[in-house]
Amino acid sequence: MLPNLLPDLPGVGFKPEHFAAIRHSAAGIGFFEIHAENYMGAGGLPHAQLTAIRADHALSVHGVGLSIGGARGLDPDHLARVARLCDRYQPESFSEHLAWSSHGADYLNDLLPLPYTEETLRLVCNHVDQVQATLGRRMLLENPATYLCFAQSTIPEPEFLSEVARRTGCGLLLDVNNVFVSCTNHGTDPRAYLTAFPLHLVGELHLGGHEAEALPSGPLLIDSHGAAVADPVWALFAEVIAVAGPLPTLVEWDNDLPDWPVLAAEAARAGHILAKGGMGLARAS
Amino acid sequence: MHAHPDVVAGFDAALRGGPVPAGLVARDPAEVERRFAVYRNNVTVSLTQALATRFPVIQRLVGEAFFAPLARLYADTDRPKSPVLAEWGDGFAAFLEAFPPLAPYPYLGDVARIEVARGQAFHAADARPVDPARIAAADPDRVRLVLHPSVLLVRLAHPAVSIWARNQPGAEASPQPLPLGPQTALILRDAAFQVPVRAVGPGDAAVLRVLLAGDRLSVAADAARHAEPGHDLQPLLVSLMRAGAIVDVKE
Repeated sequence: MLPNLLPDLPGVGFKPEHFAAIRHSAAGIGFFEIHAENYMGAGGLPHAQLTAIRADHALSVHGVGLSIGGARGLDPDHLARVARLCDRYQPESFSEHLAWSSHGADYLNDLLPLPYTEETLRLVCNHVDQVQATLGRRMLLENPATYLCFAQSTIPEPEFLSEVARRTGCGLLLDVNNVFVSCTNHGTDPRAYLTAFPLHLVGELHLGGHEAEALPSGPLLIDSHGAAVADPVWALFAEVIAVAGPLPTLVEWDNDLPDWPVLAAEAARAGHILAKGGMGLARAS
Repeated sequence: MHAHPDVVAGFDAALRGGPVPAGLVARDPAEVERRFAVYRNNVTVSLTQALATRFPVIQRLVGEAFFAPLARLYADTDRPKSPVLAEWGDGFAAFLEAFPPLAPYPYLGDVARIEVARGQAFHAADARPVDPARIAAADPDRVRLVLHPSVLLVRLAHPAVSIWARNQPGAEASPQPLPLGPQTALILRDAAFQVPVRAVGPGDAAVLRVLLAGDRLSVAADAARHAEPGHDLQPLLVSLMRAGAIVDVKE
């Protein structure tokens, strides 16, 4: 199976609004990531832009609609569209989420949580197997941002993801912002989460912005992808890089889009931390 | 302990406004409702945004404050069936026409039909324009012109093309009265990926219908003269060629 081949550099989510600026200068950007579902039309501007971006840059295709944590089988039509997209653009990486987004025939357009049990572990593994067999490539599975937990969960999330990776051979996408959001929401320690996380299986990191609301028991953080990366998330990211060494790192910004220089500066900040991490490891070895 | 299908079903029922299922845990049990509301809000807001992206002129016409609850109602009755949200909303026109509070605005459905067609044209398959020399060299009695996959002809009961045009971002108020009666819209994606909309007369509409059906240009010319005595094919063909909308010539 094709391994993940993204460079250990910062990347950004590609937005059509930034196309002209990117063509002018994408210095320091190691790869671009797209949401698969935005490129499933037959032709036109989205494919013209993506073809141009792809010709010059490494590409990560990130699915948001496969509903890998869903209760029923994957939608074969949708999986076939993902496969066609990957065949067309030959991305260095394909990733999806540990979440569900479809119920029956309905698509809910959010990444919804699942309990972590032996039952859901088997389901998720079956779905990941099916995706990898259809795409003919190893995929990355991403940890979600969650706002509630399930009383019936019996497996901690990092362990659940480790076990999916062990059984299916998939890699993991570690979203550092999601770790901070979820752990803050559940009153747990993000550093303990990261210590339990199998960093050697991580093929890509995500960084993104969140919103905060004060509740009596503590802050409610919402994974909004509509703001700059928060300082505590930068700190956690630097700690991950210090341990794991440099990794492909995406800055996600999907809502309230900034101008390109603002996003490029966020990527440059990530690049600076990645470069320092690489030097530290080189000295240690 | 619930099996996963029941967990998903219970969660979805709560997203639709049902009670938050037992078994969901927050650090403070009193906050389960508020924290679950993040999911409800994500679904509602993201679907509203998706609909607004596809129907910007409808949003302008009814106003953002009215559009948001309208989108919520529509999402409740016609949820997306696929994660490709650019394809969601084909039923919005009929929904607007059947929604009693919008009865005084019967043209909204037709404006929505234009926006649906524009979305389809925007995402339609690619095809290269044909060399104009091949059109000139073809036998006018036998030639068939193949139109670009984005070319759509939409018959509208209301003057919705004019209404659509007057409600573009930055459009100035027009001193001209709106035309009355039905219009037929020609929608296509041009070589610069723009998707203009224009009203065509009965002769041009007849030509386009025949060409879209794959029939000969001579048949189109006859249909046009029948629909509109004295009709001249030339201006339409020139504008289609300029837009790169003629992609093959067959004889």
